[in-house]
Amino acid sequence: MNFSNLFANLTPSTSIFYALSFLTILCGLMVVLAKNPIHSVLYLIATFFCLSGHYILLNAQFLAAVNIIVYAGAIMVLFLFVIMFLNLKKEDEESKTNLVKIAAMIVGGTLFLIFVAVLRKAQLGTYNPYSFDSQIGMVESLGEILYSDYLLPFELVSILFLVAMIGAVMLGRREAGDRHF
Amino acid sequence: MTFTIDVAFIIKSIIILVIFGITLLVAMYSTYGERKVAAFMQDRIGPNRAGPFGLLQPLADAVKMFFKEDFIPAQSSKWLFILGPCLSMLTALMTSAVIPFGDSIKYEAAPGKIWDVPVQAIDVNIGILYVFGVVSLGVYGIMVGGWASNNKFSLLGAIRAASQNISYEISMGLAIIAILMMTGSLSIRHIVEQQHGGNWNIFYQPLGFIIFITCAFAECNRTPFDLPECETELIGGYHTEYSSMKLGFYLFAEYINMFVSSAMISSLYFGGYNYPGMDWVQAQLIGSLGEIAGHNVATLIGFLVFFGKSLFFVFFYMWVRWTLPRFRYDQLMNLGWKGLIPLAIVNIILTGGAILFLKPLVMSFLK
Repeated sequence: MNFSNLFANLTPSTSIFYALSFLTILCGLMVVLAKNPIHSVLYLIATFFCLSGHYILLNAQFLAAVNIIVYAGAIMVLFLFVIMFLNLKKEDEESKTNLVKIAAMIVGGTLFLIFVAVLRKAQLGTYNPYSFDSQIGMVESLGEILYSDYLLPFELVSILFLVAMIGAVMLGRREAGDRHF
Repeated sequence: MTFTIDVAFIIKSIIILVIFGITLLVAMYSTYGERKVAAFMQDRIGPNRAGPFGLLQPLADAVKMFFKEDFIPAQSSKWLFILGPCLSMLTALMTSAVIPFGDSIKYEAAPGKIWDVPVQAIDVNIGILYVFGVVSLGVYGIMVGGWASNNKFSLLGAIRAASQNISYEISMGLAIIAILMMTGSLSIRHIVEQQHGGNWNIFYQPLGFIIFITCAFAECNRTPFDLPECETELIGGYHTEYSSMKLGFYLFAEYINMFVSSAMISSLYFGGYNYPGMDWVQAQLIGSLGEIAGHNVATLIGFLVFFGKSLFFVFFYMWVRWTLPRFRYDQLMNLGWKGLIPLAIVNIILTGGAILFLKPLVMSFLK
């Protein structure tokens, strides 16, 4: 295969896709490889940004914005918050024995193998570019689908969230006789 | 390859540059304004040496900031220390992209063909979510900078900033939801257009407005919620270790945030570029100047009105800063979680009830 041909035939959106994918994978790898946990969290935030870029390429603006708000804006702030409190500046090498490393390698390698095997056999659905509705990711159509076809799952998920919230509040509640911090 | 430069592109670029420049200029003169307002409230004179009325003071400050020694503490993590103020400036400047500063500019593309260019950098249909996303990222600059300084006071400031922003984002979002229920659109331009003719949201959402402006104060880290840099407890908070223009960027980002949130308040609750009698003014101008020029002058007046509203809220920020004392940390958390969030939920229920029951009643009354 001629590589110069490959690059010459890229459309703008494909080249953006490749650049974004490269960045996503790089940031994802750095999350694992970074020694400092704070750096890992920052790379994870960068990964979420790259994923939002992919959503925008798919014309799913609502999903992109919500991904930024919920993951990059709220959950990762809490991650950073907790890790800053723990003050993990020195890497704890002594906690990782050889046994743990070998076990982790076996588990990770098996998972990777399963992913590859599944993706190879997967019957990925095709789409018709002429009948495809490019507005499907817009907030109006998403809202209509969520509140008509998927109303029951949507409401069930809301109840699940409510239960989780109440559970968190119950766990965090100070009981009688507890110490005041 | 030939480049065809069309007029719409040029007009759009000029609009974007002007919005960007105005944001920076307003932030620059807010520092001057803040000192003048403080001086007025405390019966002093304020800066009056550089230029007439001290008007060149911001320039003098900027020059001073640039020429100070730029110091990076030895035990800090260097790249994150530099990244902190960069992130603060970046997120502060990103928000103004989706705010509609004015109606639209008309021009004749071809004889008989008139095009409209809206005075707004980008009109996305998720405008409010964009603003919300950028606002939620604003805390990273403070957190990264505070942690990278390797100073316990900076770290405490950063942690305070994080918990404060997360707490107040929730009630801010809930306050906005009430507005979204009324307008049925996420685009800020639609929200502004629906307030045309005196239907300002402040008359329908007074409670939502109070919640929103309180949260805006907290998100901008302004007094009475400026606990991340509370100097009586934390020396300088998250920017204790910063010097030179890096410190300048942190302070500058705060003023940009102030202006942008003032612009958001005036476009969400105070009608944006709408003002009483604007249809009459526009008709008069079109009558005397012709369709295109009249429309453009009317847009300019709307832009100035929007600007005036925003500047009033910038003044309001300063007014509050020099009037109210700082909250204590537990008071801040209690207000956020036990005060504002339940209030915001009540506001949503009230709004929903009003849309369902009150609106048909009023409509049948009017008929």
